[in-house]
Amino acid sequence: MNWSVIPRYWPQMYSGLLMTLQISLVALLISIPIGILIGLGRISRNSVIRFFAGFYVEFIRGVPLLVLLIWIFFVLGRFLRLGSYWAAIWGLAVFSSAFIAEVVRAGIQAVPKGQMEAARSSGMSYIQAMRLVILPQAFRKILPPMAAQFIILIKDSSLVSTISVVDLTLVGKNLVATTFRSLEVWTFVALVYFVITFALSQGVRYLERKYQVVE
Amino acid sequence: MEAMISVQTVNKSFGSFEVLKDVDVQVPKGQVFALIGPSGAGKSTLIRTINALEGIDSGAILVDGVSVHAKKAKVNQIRAGIGFVFQSFNLYPHLNAVDNVAVAPMHVKGTKKAAAREKAKELLASLGLDDKFAAHPNQLSGGQQQRVAIARALAMDPKVMLFDEPTSALDPEMIKEVLDAIRKLAETGMTMVVVTHEMGFAREICSQVVFMADSKVVEQAPPKEFFSAPTTQRGQDFLEKVLHH
Ligand SMILES: Nc1ncnc2c1ncn2[C@@H]1O[C@H](COP(=O)(O)OP(=O)(O)O)[C@@H](O)[C@H]1O
Ligand SMILES: [Mg+2]
Repeated sequence: MNWSVIPRYWPQMYSGLLMTLQISLVALLISIPIGILIGLGRISRNSVIRFFAGFYVEFIRGVPLLVLLIWIFFVLGRFLRLGSYWAAIWGLAVFSSAFIAEVVRAGIQAVPKGQMEAARSSGMSYIQAMRLVILPQAFRKILPPMAAQFIILIKDSSLVSTISVVDLTLVGKNLVATTFRSLEVWTFVALVYFVITFALSQGVRYLERKYQVVE
Repeated sequence: MEAMISVQTVNKSFGSFEVLKDVDVQVPKGQVFALIGPSGAGKSTLIRTINALEGIDSGAILVDGVSVHAKKAKVNQIRAGIGFVFQSFNLYPHLNAVDNVAVAPMHVKGTKKAAAREKAKELLASLGLDDKFAAHPNQLSGGQQQRVAIARALAMDPKVMLFDEPTSALDPEMIKEVLDAIRKLAETGMTMVVVTHEMGFAREICSQVVFMADSKVVEQAPPKEFFSAPTTQRGQDFLEKVLHH
């Protein structure tokens, strides 16, 4: 064993780690508004909207992330001239939005029916009632799983190395190819993923406790 | 005189179950009607059709001359003029008492925030809640919550107030404070329909008692008449049951 590869190549690894965090975070930020819209669509009174929102969620959940990434990069990316960076972000964002949509739907449906009735009976429109009464309450239930989704994204994002985004995983692969220190490099890469996700999951626990519903 | 609330031959079904059968009720302006009857009679459904929380299959409902269920009815505008108080309060748990009361005037009527909150405080104070402005619903007793709910409904300056069993979810010692609030409101000349099991209250402040059973209005009479001698067998049976409890 020779662990000196780690400090020697730390700068590359560090920039790979930043790439991993960056694409995960940007994908999350894009997936939140999309997920909220799709989640609202899932409970819309308009059956056409409901159908398409449901189809979106089912479709995305039915396709493996790796296939989605490859498809966006090679098929969509060619038409839209997406580089691997944006293909990776959109792939992760679309994938994550289906999950967020379900979280949003469940959060809204967990708000008692009487809340919507009270809001509507005071003359609020459906949209006002959602914005002023339902979503602020659903938000407490939605926030912890949304934060948890960030952790999932960080782990899932290792797949973007297959469309040649230089994230932590791809840096690891490249290092092994040049140094042949497979044990040291992969052990370290795994540890870095673990330390980041473990720290974040402590943060999620805190959020869960903080927003433990005060009804 | 034209009725403030006019329910005209209304029919409604939930699937194959007829929950309202040819219901006719006319509530003149300034009067308080008690809506009583056994559980499952259709009282909640009827009162909820008046502000279109439930639809109807046939007939018509006019509130202050405006048809509530017409195709082009401006439902939000109509509802803004009808206060509704629920059995389970349904206060907004994420807002304090003042904001619970002020939120609809601000966003539905466009009242300025400061003015809406000022008025909310006045209303809350008039209902004996002047020390609860900043309290969230989970910090209030049932009776206090229901009074906030009444203030919330009043904040829209409604022409009509509807109450669906406003005291049924309350501990006995809190029923009086809510009934007193409703009584005070009656004295101001508000037109009201109150679904209630509080027979003493109905007798004391209501001008008419509407007795419903099996999806129909079985009997309507001033409380003196109804409570001393119901004209129908159904009415007699019901009174016997509730008064002996
Ligand atoms: N949304 C609904 N769907 C189906 N049945 C309903 C619904 N709401 C009420 N009902 C039924 O209609 C009947 C009348 O209910 P309701 O109006 O609540 O009566 P009450 O308020 O007099 O107790 C009951 O048998 C109830 O089960
Ligand atoms: Mg009822």
